[in-house]
Amino acid sequence: MTFKSLLNKNTLSIVLALICFVLLFLAPLYLSAFKLSLLGRFLALGMLGIGISLIWGFTGILSLGQGVFYALGGYAIAMHLVLVQSGDKLPGFMARSFKPRILELPWWWAPFESPWFAIAMVIVLPMIAASLLATLVFWRRISGVYFALITQALVLAFTTLIVSQQSYTNGFNGLTNFSTIFSFDITTENGRRVLYLITVVVLLLVWLFAQWITRTHFGKVLVSIRDGENRTRFLGYNTTPYKVVIFTIAGIMSGIAGAFFTMHAGIISPRDVGVAPSIEMVVWVAIGGRESITGAVLGMVLGNLVADSVSSRFPESWPLMLGALFIVVGMVLPKGLVGLVESMRKSFENHRILDKQGKAIAELDAGEAYRMRQNELQSVKGLSGVNKGV
Amino acid sequence: MDSVFIINQMFNGLSLASILLLAALGLALSFGLMRVINMAHGEMLMLGGVVAYLVQSSGVSEGLSLWLALPLAFLATALLGALLEVTIIRWLYGRPLDTLLATWGVSLVLQQLVVMWQPYGVSFVAPQWLKGAVSISSGALAGVTLPYVRIFVIVLSILVILALLVLLRYTNIGLYVRAVNQDREMASALGVNTRFVDITVFALGTGIAGLAGAALATISPITGVIGSSYIVNAFLVVILGGVGSIGGALLAALALGFFTSFFESFYSVSYAKVIILLLVVAFLQWRPKGFIVTQSRALEDTA
Repeated sequence: MTFKSLLNKNTLSIVLALICFVLLFLAPLYLSAFKLSLLGRFLALGMLGIGISLIWGFTGILSLGQGVFYALGGYAIAMHLVLVQSGDKLPGFMARSFKPRILELPWWWAPFESPWFAIAMVIVLPMIAASLLATLVFWRRISGVYFALITQALVLAFTTLIVSQQSYTNGFNGLTNFSTIFSFDITTENGRRVLYLITVVVLLLVWLFAQWITRTHFGKVLVSIRDGENRTRFLGYNTTPYKVVIFTIAGIMSGIAGAFFTMHAGIISPRDVGVAPSIEMVVWVAIGGRESITGAVLGMVLGNLVADSVSSRFPESWPLMLGALFIVVGMVLPKGLVGLVESMRKSFENHRILDKQGKAIAELDAGEAYRMRQNELQSVKGLSGVNKGV
Repeated sequence: MDSVFIINQMFNGLSLASILLLAALGLALSFGLMRVINMAHGEMLMLGGVVAYLVQSSGVSEGLSLWLALPLAFLATALLGALLEVTIIRWLYGRPLDTLLATWGVSLVLQQLVVMWQPYGVSFVAPQWLKGAVSISSGALAGVTLPYVRIFVIVLSILVILALLVLLRYTNIGLYVRAVNQDREMASALGVNTRFVDITVFALGTGIAGLAGAALATISPITGVIGSSYIVNAFLVVILGGVGSIGGALLAALALGFFTSFFESFYSVSYAKVIILLLVVAFLQWRPKGFIVTQSRALEDTA
């Protein structure tokens, strides 16, 4: 794929994406507050999807553990919200805790009283976690399947840890029962609308950032790492820092996504961030089209909207459908719907070019055929002449 | 910390390691050969257990059921593995990451089918001669308890390893497998049917997992999702062991089994998981390609 065709493809998708964003900004006019909040949740996941697209679609790193960074962001903001709600007292689940019984707020909970600290942590915690993991693993040139499996083990260990620390994290039930941030109630209809609009703005910013970064020199190096990491090394690039930086960026995006999801959903629990949700996030991005940032967002948002309604209607057979979806995407749709549209467009264009060429060739053929026939006749004549001579 | 505690934990570690090893052997073999990881491998373990349950509930006598269950579990899961290879995996060679997603889908489907059929799982009654334990009640080692079922699992995995070594070293198919493992194209050029080798090894691997599942059924009930509680550690065994190395898988399974068993008794299950993962990442700093590295001049050797 040349640079030029990338640009062309992107101009089309950018126009489409901007139309989508306009529709999203106008959504409060035509959607109820409940639906708005549902949509907001999935738009938050869209930010995470952009992160997955950057590391997987553009750099070729598959992470099955984005749930970890998502959880860090979600829990960071939830800790603040829970503290606001409980006021001067201990949060309810801590007051009821046993083994260990908690009598005063743990030192690492205390700073989350400040909303600014919590918001900073939404970014800082995933940043530290992602850059640490990426440095340790990529430095030793561990990649591909190994990396994917390590991230899956990480998300499993992480969620088990959250569940087991009931007294500090409310375990399996997660953090919930909160409503106020910056003395602003996000559970009222108006609050939801404002929160929704903020989500769309942040998604737009994340999207713009991703569009920008994939067009920089840095972004080109990422794509070349995906297509041939060793060749990129031979060209003189140390690929490790590139991978660490993009993985950290994706981690931060997941963290921000987690924070917005938590505010929209009113809860964050290990259920939302475990092994299964982490790999499902990947498959939605895959369905949309991992090599397209807009495709990733669309896949994530529409996929989750469909999943939400279908899974509640057919809870028994939903896992079967989801499983079939994984198989289909893995086997026949590795580039997702965007890739499908793209290949259809390409084959259409090729046909057009072929048609033009075809006509030309046909004309050429006609001339050639005439000449050949003449030659043949000549040689036959010649041959027959020779024959006669003998 | 007294010696009784240590012996009991070592024994638990050994029995955990044997199940991990049986679960991971198939993964390691087919990863070495085809560079793909089958995420539905844990479900082969589960289905092996289900086959054991079916054998027992079909009315076979208690003494005979285990002896029937083991080979049948092996055969059934090996057949399913071959089917999986032919229908799905073979189309995904060269695309290891897409394979992860597709086989995860297979695992979701298999899990859900079993959950829909038996929401609370099934159990297998171990025969009389497997009940009870070697327990030492007097002397310096009083308190050491070694349940027969766990001894059985350990013996089974030793037998499987020996059988596998014999197969790989002294038979024609073993020779072909080793040849394809070293250089697929060269082996193919010399007339080895690599497709046949791929299918055989994949089926062998899933069969061993099924065997492990049948053995596991004697220890714990088999639920639809039991595979997922073993599979992540089995992946770690493959990573630690080194690509496609049986000896490496053996070492890695032992290490993981012992560490898990000791950490779980010192701390909690969840801390043990975190510590194990940290140790794995730390170990990879030292040996990024695992315990045993096959020397190769290929540039792109890992998937």
